[in-house]
Amino acid sequence: MRNVHSIFLREIRSYFFSPIAYIVISVFLVASGFFFAGNLQFWQEASLKGSLDSIQFFLLLLTPVITMRLLSEEAKSGTIETLMTSPVTDFDVVFGKFLAGLGLYMVMILPTWIFVLFLSIFGNPDFGPIFSSYIGLTLMGGLFVSIGIFVSSLTRNQIVASVIGLISLILLWVMGFLSTYGDNWYYECLRYIGTFDHWESFTKGIVDTRDVIYYLSFTALMLFITVRVVESRKWR
Amino acid sequence: MISVKNLTKRYVNVAAVDNISFEVEDGDIVGLLGPNGAGKTTTMRILTCFMPATEGTATVAGYDVFNDSISVRQKTGYLPENVPLYLDMRVKEYLLFRARLKKIPRKHRRKKMGDCLEMCGITDVQNQIIGTLSKGYKQRVGLADALIHDPEILILDEPTIGLDPNQIIQIRKVIKDLGKKHTILLSTHILPEVEMVCNKVIIINKGKIVAMDTPSNLMNQLKSGSNVVLEIRGDGKKIKDSISRVEGIRSVVWREKGDVNEFTVEAAEGKDLREDIFKCIVKDNYILREMKRKTITLEEIFHQITTRETEEIVNNA
Repeated sequence: MRNVHSIFLREIRSYFFSPIAYIVISVFLVASGFFFAGNLQFWQEASLKGSLDSIQFFLLLLTPVITMRLLSEEAKSGTIETLMTSPVTDFDVVFGKFLAGLGLYMVMILPTWIFVLFLSIFGNPDFGPIFSSYIGLTLMGGLFVSIGIFVSSLTRNQIVASVIGLISLILLWVMGFLSTYGDNWYYECLRYIGTFDHWESFTKGIVDTRDVIYYLSFTALMLFITVRVVESRKWR
Repeated sequence: MISVKNLTKRYVNVAAVDNISFEVEDGDIVGLLGPNGAGKTTTMRILTCFMPATEGTATVAGYDVFNDSISVRQKTGYLPENVPLYLDMRVKEYLLFRARLKKIPRKHRRKKMGDCLEMCGITDVQNQIIGTLSKGYKQRVGLADALIHDPEILILDEPTIGLDPNQIIQIRKVIKDLGKKHTILLSTHILPEVEMVCNKVIIINKGKIVAMDTPSNLMNQLKSGSNVVLEIRGDGKKIKDSISRVEGIRSVVWREKGDVNEFTVEAAEGKDLREDIFKCIVKDNYILREMKRKTITLEEIFHQITTRETEEIVNNA
């Protein structure tokens, strides 16, 4: 765990040394603020309904940018060699980087509580769905970051990592829509695999253990595969 | 300290390292010598647990590189080729991060870092961002990182590559000093470096060990007779004939140089024939203008060994 902590700290620092954290966070906040205002005007309702869907969409677009460099940069610059020959396990490295990515993601969504503040000043929002939505956003962040880090482990090129990460997340999202076209068992599968359906119940104020398990297990699976990919340098 | 037995590393169908075995004793400075692509880096990567071998075993500081890899890594300091560093960090931050990863207790970290900074001569750049440093400084930051946890064994992959001559001399001095406290395995394809720094040389070519000994033994062994260069005035053909008759001569090469002749005489198996040759020349009344002995450098041995190897392969094919 100590190694995980060291790697986490280094990655977080590295985000803020480079302009990437600032760019991603400001793009996200400007965009989500704009959509919050728009939704508020349209629905005339003291809730995050609508705004949360756009927030989720921007997170989907921006997390690959957060995660793209996590492992690909190490491979490209060769620092993977110094890192992996110091007394740390592959899991320490992957998990530390995952937590750093998730950490930046949390830093990114934290300021959106200002929307909640506005709602409670000018209206009387129902806090249940708001809290559950943020639980949902966190769990979803874990999944997005784990997919991103997995893609990042596959290539040395950050641009490729971000594009493929983005495509994977969009596919995962679109799957949920596809499932509405039928009710066969495979539509049912698509519905389960896609993130959309699981996300939706959180916005309604429901924290269903099935959804929680979906996010956690999917995240764990991605991290597990990532560790295997990192290990694969040993037998390739 | 390091014991390698029948180590083989095969990539898809090429063997980068082919059944090599060697031992490194405590306190040795061993040079791994070979042309580019000989398998030096692969060997080092196996020893530092970056990748496992296809076959064979290796133990470092008493631990198996495959089964006890974390213990091995704790006991070795590794400077990879081209010195990969996080270019966005400051020297100090980087070394503290590495010290943390290498499990140095918090209270010793700063002191250890200070010692390493001083030993590698980078105290005055400790607050600089690594990306802004010159190649030589980066090399030293890499070396400081390899040293920071006081490892028993240092594995240095081409530690002087890409440095200017002054920096090379400095780094070599640092390595020599380190050799007093650590066991060092370093790779290089620069021969004088090995002669200067190492007390044991392993020459590898095409994944196989072709020679392994101390630099001086290697030179004695391979200097199959020393060469003597002569400059003599007189009839070249006759002189050549008479010198050739001296006992123990392997070959005489004659070259006309204006009105004098130059001969390169190779003696058999480490014999010193200078006196016999002199007597022979004086007896026939030729005029000897110059006589000098040419000693073989490691450079020539290396060339001999590695090219002999390729000739054999060509002949076998």
